[in-house]
Amino acid sequence: MASNTATPTMAKPMAKDYKSDVVSDWCAGCGDFGIVAAVQGVYAELGIPNHQIISYSGVGCSSKSPHLMHTYGVHTLHGRSIPFSTGTALANPDVKVVVTGGDGDGYGIGAGHFLHAGRRNVNMTYLVYNNEVYGLTKGQASPTLAYGEQPKSLAVPNPNDKVDPLALAVNAGYTFVARSYAYNRTHLMATIKRAMEHRGMAIVDILQPCPTYNNLHTKEWYGEEVEMSGANYPRVYDIEAEGYNGMVQNPADAEEVNRKEIAALTKIRTHEDRVAIGVFWQIEKPTFMDRLTMTNPKLGDTPTYKMVIADADGNPTTDLSATYAEFLTTS
Amino acid sequence: MPTETPIVNHFSWTIGGPQGTGVDSSANLLLRSCAVAGLYCYGKREYHSTIKTGHSYTQVRVSGIPISSHVDPVHLLTTYEKTAAKIHADEVVTGGAIIYDPGVISADDLNCQDGVLKIAVPYDEILDKLAEEMGQPAAKVKIMKNTLAVGATLAMVNFDMAYIEKALSGLFKGRKAKLVPDNMLAIRKGFEYIQAMQMNGSSVVDQFPYKLEAQPDSPAQMIMSGTTAVALGKLKAGCKMQTYYPITPASDESVYLESQQKEYGINVVQCEDEIASVCMAVGAALTGTRSATSTSCPGFGLKAEGIGWAAMNEVPVVIHDYQRGGPSTGLPTRHEQGDLLSAVFISHGNPPRMVVAPSDMNEYFEDTFHAFNYADQYQTPVIVLTDKCIGNNTMTITPFSEEGLKINRGKLATQDELDRLASLKPELKGQFPRFGDSDDGVSMRSVLGQANGIYWNTGDERDAYGHITEDPDNRQVLMNKRLRKMATAIAEIPESQQFQLYGPKDADTTILTWGSTKGPILDAMPQLLSDGFKFNVLVVRLMSPYPVEGVSRILSKAKTKIGFEMNHTHQLAQLTRMETGFSMDHFINKFTGRPISETEAASAIREIMSSTTTSKKEVVLSYGK
Repeated sequence: MASNTATPTMAKPMAKDYKSDVVSDWCAGCGDFGIVAAVQGVYAELGIPNHQIISYSGVGCSSKSPHLMHTYGVHTLHGRSIPFSTGTALANPDVKVVVTGGDGDGYGIGAGHFLHAGRRNVNMTYLVYNNEVYGLTKGQASPTLAYGEQPKSLAVPNPNDKVDPLALAVNAGYTFVARSYAYNRTHLMATIKRAMEHRGMAIVDILQPCPTYNNLHTKEWYGEEVEMSGANYPRVYDIEAEGYNGMVQNPADAEEVNRKEIAALTKIRTHEDRVAIGVFWQIEKPTFMDRLTMTNPKLGDTPTYKMVIADADGNPTTDLSATYAEFLTTS
Repeated sequence: MPTETPIVNHFSWTIGGPQGTGVDSSANLLLRSCAVAGLYCYGKREYHSTIKTGHSYTQVRVSGIPISSHVDPVHLLTTYEKTAAKIHADEVVTGGAIIYDPGVISADDLNCQDGVLKIAVPYDEILDKLAEEMGQPAAKVKIMKNTLAVGATLAMVNFDMAYIEKALSGLFKGRKAKLVPDNMLAIRKGFEYIQAMQMNGSSVVDQFPYKLEAQPDSPAQMIMSGTTAVALGKLKAGCKMQTYYPITPASDESVYLESQQKEYGINVVQCEDEIASVCMAVGAALTGTRSATSTSCPGFGLKAEGIGWAAMNEVPVVIHDYQRGGPSTGLPTRHEQGDLLSAVFISHGNPPRMVVAPSDMNEYFEDTFHAFNYADQYQTPVIVLTDKCIGNNTMTITPFSEEGLKINRGKLATQDELDRLASLKPELKGQFPRFGDSDDGVSMRSVLGQANGIYWNTGDERDAYGHITEDPDNRQVLMNKRLRKMATAIAEIPESQQFQLYGPKDADTTILTWGSTKGPILDAMPQLLSDGFKFNVLVVRLMSPYPVEGVSRILSKAKTKIGFEMNHTHQLAQLTRMETGFSMDHFINKFTGRPISETEAASAIREIMSSTTTSKKEVVLSYGK
């Protein structure tokens, strides 16, 4: 059976130690590059052995990220990264599962899984590269593109309203809900690190300008200043730098949980000219494994990937005789 | 008027009523009572796609010899409300009997054949009296109508009360054990009522020829249903991850496994949908955990893309499809064998997929066990085609044999092997050529989290390490490698696990069949053979890769070939023709959603084999409600 023998600890891992030999085929100027570099930087900071990281993704431009990582990679089906990765996280809780994918992948075709991942609170990190378009298929509207907007590939303005992934995430039960921005490396790294250190289902929605198909919300647009009450402010601002704190200190305190949840949803759903980034909501709750172990204690003793099922000669070690007895006519 | 010769241990009984009124538990009790008395039983369960009120019934056949099908004639119909009496009265044979409640239906309204005994059992009256004796509220006692009905039934066949008590204690264990005495009281009331009953001057029991005699020397049997047999096969195989989305008739398997989690440590996860459940099982399988998912027709279709991904990434995973009536939602609680071709061809673009089709309860257990070995040995998804008939029916079977059951994990890399390979090529920094080409098509497999085993999975065409490439030469190598596994599998899997031939080898007529349809054919066989209808039965068990050589060998000897299966388009016949070139001369078919009985199988085989015409003949069966 497989085991997780740790490799000799690297003296001090560097971001480049998590880079694979694969050369990316993304467009020049794509925000994805910055995100991958940030993730690699976080891995180095956390010092996780390469083989203990499982990089998951769905299908789309951003879903090619796992191939750029010198870690195990699982590039799954369009919209299905969550159920695949959930299976891995449940079967082997000793590894670190990090899922990347696009907004179309996660909030469109994978919307059902995105929702239910919150209900389960599996211990893993979900990074969504959000650029409001389906880049790989040449720029169609994604679920995060606002009604009436018309990036250059659209023949007609978008007839759909947009979803609010962060509000959905809070409602669905995600226990860490944040947004960051691809070109703010410091904030992005700090947020991803916090997400990875969180015990439970963490989502970071990462604003990522698509230089080829999204000519509305470009790197320049995000970099602009907006005018508020006669003064100019950067468009992208950190809510926590302005004093917001979405972290529940005592999850057993119903009053605090209620107050913070309302505050988080209010903050997320407040329409403004500026773009808010930061951690909107964080709470400690039993993970899915915690809950499953309550009714299935053997899972807590030994993760399924380590369970011994046969002896050295291949004889099954599961003894069913007590169960057979229930069905025998002689009992 | 006492009957002539009693007919012993050939008994067919139907109990019916609105869903949720205890039809199932009555049938279980009767079946278990007969089984503990050493008799062989087959319980056919029919129910509607509703929670309550839809009409459901179970037909239990009891025999002195092992059986694996039902028969059309009903000897005794037991009812305790109006609908079942109306629906099933005409199925009772002359000489048979109907137990009915005169409070809800009159004898004149029973639309039955002449010479059927109509036995009125005033349930309310008897139970009111019992309530008084027990000093309990009538409402509490009246829910035991169905139990009383079993008592009345077993009195008709002269059954030994001691076995009923034993069966009841077996059904009600632990916290439920306290229910035994009250239920025994109700059974006894029913039993005694019938025993004392006189009609036209003699005892009704004496007027009823069908009797059951205990066979205490019979070998021990298991009382089993297909979903449980599969679950036990999974547990034995070391399956530790089961995912599912609720669907009839597959859910029973997962629900049973949920009840066994504490004992065996298997993790059962109910998912948000069918797609999630196949993907989650595959994600777990990538860690080396033996993983499976179970579903039925519409759910199976939804799993196509996930199965294709698993085949592309060479992930061992087991998928059970409990076939029911299609197309679409079709007949969700009824039986059909309509998924063979969609299983063999599931998912686009030529993925290797293995399809196994067990044909009896013991094979449900064994083939489920084997499926995990195939999945590991050939690193590809294995589909097990089960069906509603065996899945939901309950029968006595020879206890599962574990002889020779070995777990084979295939080319699963040990940590030592990975470390050794890594030391030879330190420049790879722990990367491992997971998809490297090999003579048998199977490559060494590392699992997620293993040191020095790093590789990438992707739905795209890949290089040996799993990185995307569209290189045409590599494409050819990888397509060949993946599909070569099918040739390896057919060469390695024992022939007995590929197909089986029953009956005289030198017969000129061969019946080609699969799955649960085998049961009625084999049950009908001894009588047909002794009546001069000489045939053998070829049951295909491995559908993909198809046993071309073995099946061709047998079919080449057959002068007349009859395709016998339960789907409109004869899918096994089509597949066989495609794979071997052999066509069927005649067909026997049924697609009403009701399984084939021994009675129907016998008459259809007689009809075709008696026919003098050489032109293609098809018998389409339709009996059953």
